[in-house]
Amino acid sequence: MVVGREDLDELLDRALAHSRVDQTEALYLGQDSALTRFANNQIHQNVREHDANLQVRVVHGERVGVAATNRLDEDGIRTVVERAAAIAARSAPNPHAALLPEPDGRDHDPDLGYVAATAEAGAEIRAEGARAVIASGEAKGLETAGSFATSVMTVAVANSRGLRASHRSTRAALLTVMMDGFASGAASGYAQAGSGDVARIDAEAIGAEAARKGDDMRGASELDPGEYEVILEEYAVTGLLEYLSYIGFSGLAHEEGRSFMDLGTRVMGENVAIWDDGTNPSGLPSPIDFEGVARKRVDLIRDGVANAVVHDASTGARAGTGSTGHALPAPNLIGPMALNLFMGPGTTPRDELIAGVKRGVWVTRFHYINPVHPKKAILTGMTKDGTFLIEDGRLSRPLMNFRFTQSIPEAFSDVRAASRETKLVPGEFFGAATAPALHLGSFNFTGVTAAEGSA
Amino acid sequence: MKELIERALDAAERGGASYADVRVVERETEQLTVKNGALEAATSTVSAGFGVRVLVDGAWGFSSSREMHATEAERIGREALEIARASAIAHRVPVELDATPPVTDRYRTPYDEDPFAVSLDDKLRILMDADAAMASVAGVAIREGNLSSGRETKTFASNAGAWIEQEIVESGGGIDATAVNDSELQQRSYPNSFGGQMVTGGFEAVRALDLAGHAQETAELAVALLAAPQCPSGEMDLVLDATQVALQIHESCGHPTELDRVFGTEASFAGTSFLTTDKVGKLRYGSDLVHIDADATAPSGLGTFGYDDEGVPAQNVPLIEGGMLVGYLTSRETGPRIGRQSMGSARAWSWNHIPLIRMTNINLRPGDAGSLEDLIADTRDGIFMSINKSWSIDDRRLNFQFGDQAGWIIKNGRRTQLVKNPTYTGITPRFWGSLDAICSPSEWTLWGLPNCGKGEPMQIGHVGHGAAPARFRGVKVGVGRW
Repeated sequence: MVVGREDLDELLDRALAHSRVDQTEALYLGQDSALTRFANNQIHQNVREHDANLQVRVVHGERVGVAATNRLDEDGIRTVVERAAAIAARSAPNPHAALLPEPDGRDHDPDLGYVAATAEAGAEIRAEGARAVIASGEAKGLETAGSFATSVMTVAVANSRGLRASHRSTRAALLTVMMDGFASGAASGYAQAGSGDVARIDAEAIGAEAARKGDDMRGASELDPGEYEVILEEYAVTGLLEYLSYIGFSGLAHEEGRSFMDLGTRVMGENVAIWDDGTNPSGLPSPIDFEGVARKRVDLIRDGVANAVVHDASTGARAGTGSTGHALPAPNLIGPMALNLFMGPGTTPRDELIAGVKRGVWVTRFHYINPVHPKKAILTGMTKDGTFLIEDGRLSRPLMNFRFTQSIPEAFSDVRAASRETKLVPGEFFGAATAPALHLGSFNFTGVTAAEGSA
Repeated sequence: MKELIERALDAAERGGASYADVRVVERETEQLTVKNGALEAATSTVSAGFGVRVLVDGAWGFSSSREMHATEAERIGREALEIARASAIAHRVPVELDATPPVTDRYRTPYDEDPFAVSLDDKLRILMDADAAMASVAGVAIREGNLSSGRETKTFASNAGAWIEQEIVESGGGIDATAVNDSELQQRSYPNSFGGQMVTGGFEAVRALDLAGHAQETAELAVALLAAPQCPSGEMDLVLDATQVALQIHESCGHPTELDRVFGTEASFAGTSFLTTDKVGKLRYGSDLVHIDADATAPSGLGTFGYDDEGVPAQNVPLIEGGMLVGYLTSRETGPRIGRQSMGSARAWSWNHIPLIRMTNINLRPGDAGSLEDLIADTRDGIFMSINKSWSIDDRRLNFQFGDQAGWIIKNGRRTQLVKNPTYTGITPRFWGSLDAICSPSEWTLWGLPNCGKGEPMQIGHVGHGAAPARFRGVKVGVGRW
C-alpha cells in the first residue's frame, strides 16, 4: 500500500517525538512490488508484496542503537524507538559514531523517476509481457525463462537536527534467458531492459533480441582458454561495474586500504570515465540516500585516474569531504555505495566495434561474478548466454562458456574502443548502471566448460 | 491470528482456489558488531506479516501483507486469486501437488540458553575480549567480531486442514582480522568466514566457540599472510579443511540437486543443473567414498526444522550414495514429477516470499582418514587450503573456482610454507571423482551457512553442511595472473 507524503511526515514525526535522546533519525522504507516469473514457456510464479519498515537510529553521545519494525501502529512506533534507545544506553561508546546529517539546503525532486503507470501496473501487464517474450522464443524453438517485475519504492527520512527528505520511485524490469536444453554447449540467449516507466519496456524487442542470440548460439564448440581481445556487451560491462562499486568505490573501503582506488593515480586507460549520479533521469534515479542527504554526482574515474570515492555522513566526516549522499541504511557495515553508475561512451557506432577485432571473443554477459582479490580488483566469473569467436571482424562461431580471472582495472587500461550508444541495465543485486559496449585489448580466460564432465 | 487465517483461506476457497495455504510469520533478529574496539552496530529488527498462496486452475498466485487483521487477510486472499488468474495468460501445464497428508503439530528448536535473554553486557564482553586479543597482535588493520540471534515464529495452515506452529531459534558469531599493506589485503576468520558459525540453538553455541581463545592466532595468521609468497600454480593434490568442503558441497551438490533448478524454473536467475533426472542411478557423481545426505533433522543444523513451508515433515534423504546420484531436494509440486513424495525442502525466507526448494543440511558423511594432521601426514606432496574467501560456479554447477584465506604447501607429509591467495578450480563430477580420503567423525562439523541467495525476488536461505577435511587428487591450483 503506497502511503501519502503527509502520512509519512506524521509517522516520522511521531517516531521522533517518542525519543528522549540527543539525536534521533527515523527512516521509512516502503515497498509495493510484484513479480511474474516464467520458465519452460509458461508462468510458474506470480507474487506480490506490500511491506514498509520504520528504522530508528539514536545517537546518545558516542553510543548508537538501531532498531527496525514493520509494525507501524502507535505501539509499534513507540516500541521501536524504545528498543533503539535501550540498545544505545547499554552499548559501548563508538568514537567513530558520526553526527546525523544536518539539512544542507540542497533540493531534490521527490518524484524523480516515479511513473504512475508503473505503480498501477497489474498482473495482466506482466503476464502479457511474458507471453510476448515466450512467443519469440518458441518461434526459434527455444525454451524461455525470465521475469517481469514492477515496484514502487518510498524512502523518507527525518532526524532531530531538522533534516526532512523523501522520495518515491518506480521500477520495471524484464529479463529473459532462452535455451535449447541444459547440456554443455546448449544454445542460450539473453536480453534485459529496465525503466521507471513500464510502458517503455518493449517485451517483443526483448524477446527478439534473446531469441536471435540463442539461435545463433546453436552448435557451440570449445576454444582453448587464454588471453583474448574481447568485445563486452553492455550487460557484461555493467556486471563488472556493479562489482567495482561493491569492492572499490566506497569511502570506507578506501579509508581502510581495501580498495583499488588509489586516489590521484591512473588506474585505467585515459579514455575511461566512470561516475555515479543518482539525479540523472536517464538512469534509475534515487536523488536522496538513506540518511536523507541529496546525492551528488561523483566522478569516480576521470581520464583513467582514480578521482574520488563516495561517502556517507560517517566516512565523509572522517575524510573531510562531507557526505556525497551515498549512505545505506544504518548501521552500515559495508560503507557507502555508488548505486547509480555511468560509464562514458566512445565514438564508435556499436555495430562497428567488431570491425576492429582480428581475432577475439564476443561476450554477451557474465554469470556469478565474485571478487578473488578486492584490492587488486581481480574478479572471476563465467561467460553466459552468447559467447562467440570473432575472426576478421565478424562472428565466426559460437563458443562454450569460459571462466575468467582478471584484474578489471588492468583490463580497462586497454580500452580500444567504446560504443557511442549506452544501455541502462538494472543491477543484479543493487542499483543500476549505464554503459557502452567495449572493445578491450586483452581479457584472461582461465578455464572452459567443455563437454559434460564425468568422474 | 486464527480469524486472520480463516478469513484468508475462506476468501481463497470461495474464489475458486483448489488449494490455498497461509503462513503467518514473525522474525526477530539481533545483530551486534564490534569493530576495532568499538560497538559499530547494534541492531534489533522485527518483521511480521502473512502470505497467502493459492492454486487456481493449476496456476499459482501469491500475495502478502504486513497488516495483520482479518479484513486485510480477505483482501490479500482475493489479490492472490487475481494474480493466479492472470498467470493463465501464459500457463500450460497445471500444477499438481503430491499427497502429503495435512498435519496438526508444533515444533520448537531445542536450546539451553535463550539468546534474547542474554544481556547486552554479556554479549559485548565476549566481543570485546576477542577484540582485545586481536589487538595484541601488531599489524592488524581491521578487527571485527559479530554475534547474531534470530527467532522465527510461524503458523502454517492450509485449506486441506494442516495447522503447524513452529519456533526456530538461531545463534551464531565469529571474528575476522584483516591486515593491509600497499598492495595486499589479507583476512583470517574464526571459526569460518561469512559471519562465523551459526546454528539452530541457543546462546550456548556461541559460548562454545570461545572467540577470545582463538582471537590471537587468528590475528597472527592474517599478519603472516601479508608476507607469505603467492600460491603456486599447477596440478597437485589438494587437502581442504571442513569449512571449504562445506562450501564445495553447497555449490556443487546442494544447488544442482534442487529439483526446481533441474526442471528449469530457476533458469532466469540462479541457473539450471547438470543433474538431469535421466541421470538418477546412472551418473557417477563422485568416488565411492562420496555419500551425501539432505538431513533436516540433524541436531543444531542451520537447515533443521520440524516442517517445511508446505507442511511436509523434516526428513533425512540420501542424494549421493557411493558416488552415484540417487535423489533430489524436492517440493510438493516437483516431487510427483519424478514419482516421489516431497522430501520436505520447500522453504520461504519470510512471510512475503513463496516457498522455493532450499537446501536443508546437506552433509558429506565422514570417512576413516583420522584427523586432519593424519590426512596431511598421508599426503606426500600437495597443498592444504583453509576457510573460503571467494567462490564462483557456472549456471549448471559444473565449472567452479574457489579461493581460500590461507594455504600451506605439503611436503613429504608435512605442512610447510604458508602461501597467500590460494585458489583452485575444477569440473564438479571430475573433482568429486578425485576424492580419495575423508577424515573421521571426530573432525566432522555441521557448519551453518546464512547467506544462500536464490529466486526472484531474491530470498536468503539459512542452510547447513556437515563436513570433515578431505583430500582430492590432481586438482588445478593457483588460477590467474598475480
